[in-house]
Amino acid sequence: MRAIILKGKMGKYIFRRFLFSFFTLIGATAIVFGLSRAVGDPRDLFAQEGGYGVTEETYEHLTKMLNLDKPLYMQYLIWLGKTARGDLGRSLLGQKDVADLIGEKVLNTLELTTFSWILSTIIGIPLGVLSAIKRGSIWDWAGRFLALIGQAAPPFVIAIVGILIFAVKLGWLPAGSGESYLLKGMFRGISSGDFSLIPAFFTGGWKHYVLPVGTLGLAASASYLRLTRSSMLEILDSEYIKLARAKGVPEFTVIWKHALKNALIPPLTMAALIFVGFLTGTIIVETVFVWPGLGLLATTAVSENDFPVMTGSVLLFAVFYAIVIFISDLTYGLIDPRIRYS
Amino acid sequence: MTLSTKIGLDKPSFLERNLPLYKQFMGVVKFFQRWPVIPIVMISILILLAVFADITGYDPELPALRDRTLPMFSEPVDPLTKDLTRHWLGADQFGRDTLTRIMHGARITLYVLLIAAVSGTIIGTTYGLVAGFFGGVIDDILMRILDLVYSIPFLLLALVAAVVFDPSLLVVIILLAFLAWPAFVRNVRAEILSLKERDYIMYARVAGASRIRLMLYHLLPGVLNTVIVIATLRIGQLILAEASLSFLGAGVPPPTPVWGALVAEGRDYLNDAWWVSMFPSVGIFLVVMSLNFLGDWFRDRFDPRLRQLS
Repeated sequence: MRAIILKGKMGKYIFRRFLFSFFTLIGATAIVFGLSRAVGDPRDLFAQEGGYGVTEETYEHLTKMLNLDKPLYMQYLIWLGKTARGDLGRSLLGQKDVADLIGEKVLNTLELTTFSWILSTIIGIPLGVLSAIKRGSIWDWAGRFLALIGQAAPPFVIAIVGILIFAVKLGWLPAGSGESYLLKGMFRGISSGDFSLIPAFFTGGWKHYVLPVGTLGLAASASYLRLTRSSMLEILDSEYIKLARAKGVPEFTVIWKHALKNALIPPLTMAALIFVGFLTGTIIVETVFVWPGLGLLATTAVSENDFPVMTGSVLLFAVFYAIVIFISDLTYGLIDPRIRYS
Repeated sequence: MTLSTKIGLDKPSFLERNLPLYKQFMGVVKFFQRWPVIPIVMISILILLAVFADITGYDPELPALRDRTLPMFSEPVDPLTKDLTRHWLGADQFGRDTLTRIMHGARITLYVLLIAAVSGTIIGTTYGLVAGFFGGVIDDILMRILDLVYSIPFLLLALVAAVVFDPSLLVVIILLAFLAWPAFVRNVRAEILSLKERDYIMYARVAGASRIRLMLYHLLPGVLNTVIVIATLRIGQLILAEASLSFLGAGVPPPTPVWGALVAEGRDYLNDAWWVSMFPSVGIFLVVMSLNFLGDWFRDRFDPRLRQLS
């Protein structure tokens, strides 16, 4: 009976969150669309200053093509329909299909974020536990130092320092232009039977990953670390840990099994939000390391005033963002049953 | 056996065995723990740098190609006036003095931050105040709008805004204020919800105080502590956001020296002139760190309940 009630509540909650994500997306698309109109007459983008201009007929043709003769809400709906079908328009520079451009870059970004996520988890959580159980030790100081850097140094500063030390002074690592080897290699292998990218990763491709992944991972591991440390300290003070100690459970088991299980709730519920943080982080890291992903696409579009590419990548980021937040809202309940859906 | 015995914290350490020295040392440590000495010194230095930015005698925006990428402490002689000049922190790829640019950057950073933080604080506090005070439908609508604002990735919005409106100081300030305000709303609203049920508010109502008067004279002073704490904790993040924006070229346009842009400009010359982007980087790090420490200190002093914030 209780389970059924819970299920009903959960269903309602999921539905509400889903509705909210939907409205968020509508809001985001409206903003993107609004901005794409606020930039001025889109026809002018085809006839920019210092260009050759357009003829009267082309102008008329553009009006028809861009539906500028229809009212604004119709324009929005048409734009939305086109977007939903994956037609994001053409880039101003080179007249390439924006959806294709984005499709090329998605895997690169995804691989970068996944690696950084793994790195930050395996650094942040154990170090957080160690710095909580051995307060004042070298681990604690290492943890605090990491947390400090992650909190106060923007990713580009970490990146620049990394490049200066490891690429410029020591010359161990390349300073940029990496690529997704594993994911892309897999996709390419499946579609065309050419698996050569995957061995390339192990013979030297991994070097391209170290600096970007390290930069992104460092900042995120700091937030993992802070969360784990504070929740671990709280848990270690609780009654059931004292009981476990009193009945003679080995210290190692107490900490790494009994305490850690509960202490992991805050960092795990934050995991999705940290992943969202990566999406912003990638914009900067990709720019610094010339990593050909979505972030680099967005920033080059900004510097080149290429509006369709800009809106397309922003839209994709917003969709990612909405999906991840939706998932994170759901996992709250799965990980911690004490959370009520109200 | 307690945890501290187990991990050996109860044993007298080397310092404890040398007691007088240890006591003196701990006295200094206590003083540093009690008062935010380092943050205040750092922020004073920042303000001094900003105020005396003209003291170096260089123009922050005027290229001097003869001096380009000169290293630290180099002393080029001006060919016209035969004056000895000195680039304390070297010169960048256009021969502009790095120290001068950093100092002028500090000026702009402070200016932008002050306006953005103050306006963000006012907007956020008012928003939370109204939502908490009126409650009901107004509260619901305002909080849903807040959720929506939270779900927009800031940096992307800023990038689009930079394309649509040409980047300028004003746009950056507006964007930063937009980033700053949501942080205040939830805490202020929660405080107001509990404050408005207090007896003194009821008496004020009975005495015939208007809604505006209730909010401004009776409720606002009650949340001021929280607001100050959140504001100090937020400023560090505002600096980071501003630096990221200018780093991506969506911030204050060149040649105005802004710290983020200084780092960005220098990164192509890391091989020959690492100082161009390294010193502004260190500057950003130190300032944000000090502001975070100061915010922590304010929080522990005025509003320990906000601990979970950072």
